Amino acid sequence: MTREKTHKWLVIILGVMITVSWIYPFFIIFFGSLKSRAEIFTNTIWIPETFVPENYSRAYEGLEYGRSFLNSLFITTSSIIIIVIFSSMAAYALARNKSKISTAIYFFCALTMLIPFQSVMIPLVSIFGQIDFLNRFGLIIMNWGFASSMSIFLYYGAMRSISVSLDEAAYLDGGTPFQIFWRVIFPILRPTTVTVVILNAIRLWNDFLLPSLVINQEGMRTIPLRMYYFFGEYTVQWELALAGLVLAIVPIIVLYIFIQRYIVEGVTKGAVKT
Amino acid sequence: MKGKKKNLYYWAFVIPSLLAVFFVIVLPLILGIGTSLTNSDGHTAVFIGLNNYRRLLSDEQFIYSLWFTIRFAFVAVILINVIGLGLALIVTQKIGKISLFFRTVFFMPNLIGGIILGFIWQFIFVRAFAGIAEATGLTFFNAWLADTTTGFWGLVIVFLWQMSGYIMIIYISFLANIPGELIEAGKIDGANKWQAFWQIKFPMLAPAFTVSLFLTLANAFKIYDLNLALTNGAPFGSTEMIAMNIYNTAFFQYQQGYAQSKAVIFFLIVAVISLTQVFITRRKEVDL
Repeated sequence: MTREKTHKWLVIILGVMITVSWIYPFFIIFFGSLKSRAEIFTNTIWIPETFVPENYSRAYEGLEYGRSFLNSLFITTSSIIIIVIFSSMAAYALARNKSKISTAIYFFCALTMLIPFQSVMIPLVSIFGQIDFLNRFGLIIMNWGFASSMSIFLYYGAMRSISVSLDEAAYLDGGTPFQIFWRVIFPILRPTTVTVVILNAIRLWNDFLLPSLVINQEGMRTIPLRMYYFFGEYTVQWELALAGLVLAIVPIIVLYIFIQRYIVEGVTKGAVKT
Repeated sequence: MKGKKKNLYYWAFVIPSLLAVFFVIVLPLILGIGTSLTNSDGHTAVFIGLNNYRRLLSDEQFIYSLWFTIRFAFVAVILINVIGLGLALIVTQKIGKISLFFRTVFFMPNLIGGIILGFIWQFIFVRAFAGIAEATGLTFFNAWLADTTTGFWGLVIVFLWQMSGYIMIIYISFLANIPGELIEAGKIDGANKWQAFWQIKFPMLAPAFTVSLFLTLANAFKIYDLNLALTNGAPFGSTEMIAMNIYNTAFFQYQQGYAQSKAVIFFLIVAVISLTQVFITRRKEVDL
């Protein structure tokens, strides 16, 4: 028994040591964001001696934080709504109609997942530019295209455990496939919808490269885009750059603390099932 | 329902997604192959056959970036998997509720985008490390990101911080699927924890290795944001990874045709990596 206990405590001590080193970078940034410009150079990694909370109001303005936040929120949520609606519908049709065409579509989607973004970005931006369809709405359509295959797979996998007799019963009650899907099937797919939302939200909220190529109006910049330009302007003023970084991280961490169980579950499913 | 009507619904459900995938991924890929055969600068383009591909063979920066990326991926894949598995083993020991807290912390960096992670660590490597060097006199902490070696290891460290928690989650889910009886049987036969791990758990983790290995590999090849925010290729393009090389060729040097030929090669490399993973994991599943 004592052996078991020593083992337990050794593991805990090791875990705590790793935890401290794992999150210490966040603390360095947080401490720094509250220091004066001079103190960052004399005291880089420890708690500030004098607090300068004004760094935050200046970073908030510099990042146009409210606006950038709303831009990120708008693009992430609208993309996700479209992704969820159309991917779940497609997966439903593919799973319920086993045919050569369905198999072909399934493999077609699987193949597109092998294509890295960088190998299509140049023609993609040029096509959408030529039809004058860049900025927010173009970006939402592109997000949809890139997220479709993975989302369809997740829904398709979940469809397998939903009995066809449900569809049949609803059909006898006189529903169209459209009604049957939205009233009967989609509610059952809820856990998968949570996974699809979480996986896409993490990716879309943090995405930089695609928005940087597509968004060419300053007022539409998302948080990572704003952060990029802000950081470029303020590397000599570390205290502002650091306050900006903290502002960018805080919403993610707060959300994570509240729904971490769903996030970890979603990521597990996404990693193991696709 | 009648066949015709049923068909109509089928296509109504499937077509929107198919169109999105077609216009966003497939069409650009096909047009891109065409672009790679021209000298396009984004405005005018003349067909030049395979000249771009021939030019690639003697493009020192491209070959350097490719080689840098391969070395990076090799080191990162090994370290991330060792650390990810280590973390997974720590949080799956019987240590009570604190394991959930550990899990939460280890996974956290994965939620933050490459741009922001890169900036966080730029400050740490450049300023905080300098502070440590001054305070302790250890030259090891001097001038990080100022040369190729520290740039390379800087990228590895940040990528490791970002990905280990993710790989940990994959290992946890595979560890959880190892039947408890197997471990119990081992204990009865007198195996200690060390033996139980190497002789019972470790072989059962084979599919997790393949999944994690290729996931990290594919991700390592596609890095752009982190590279941009941490080193931006400096000094003198010596930490420029392959994705950044493609980007710079297209959008700074305006050689879109040439950049697209790099992008096609890049596609082939990543596709081979991903297909190998699919192939190996499928075969393993049959074996089990």
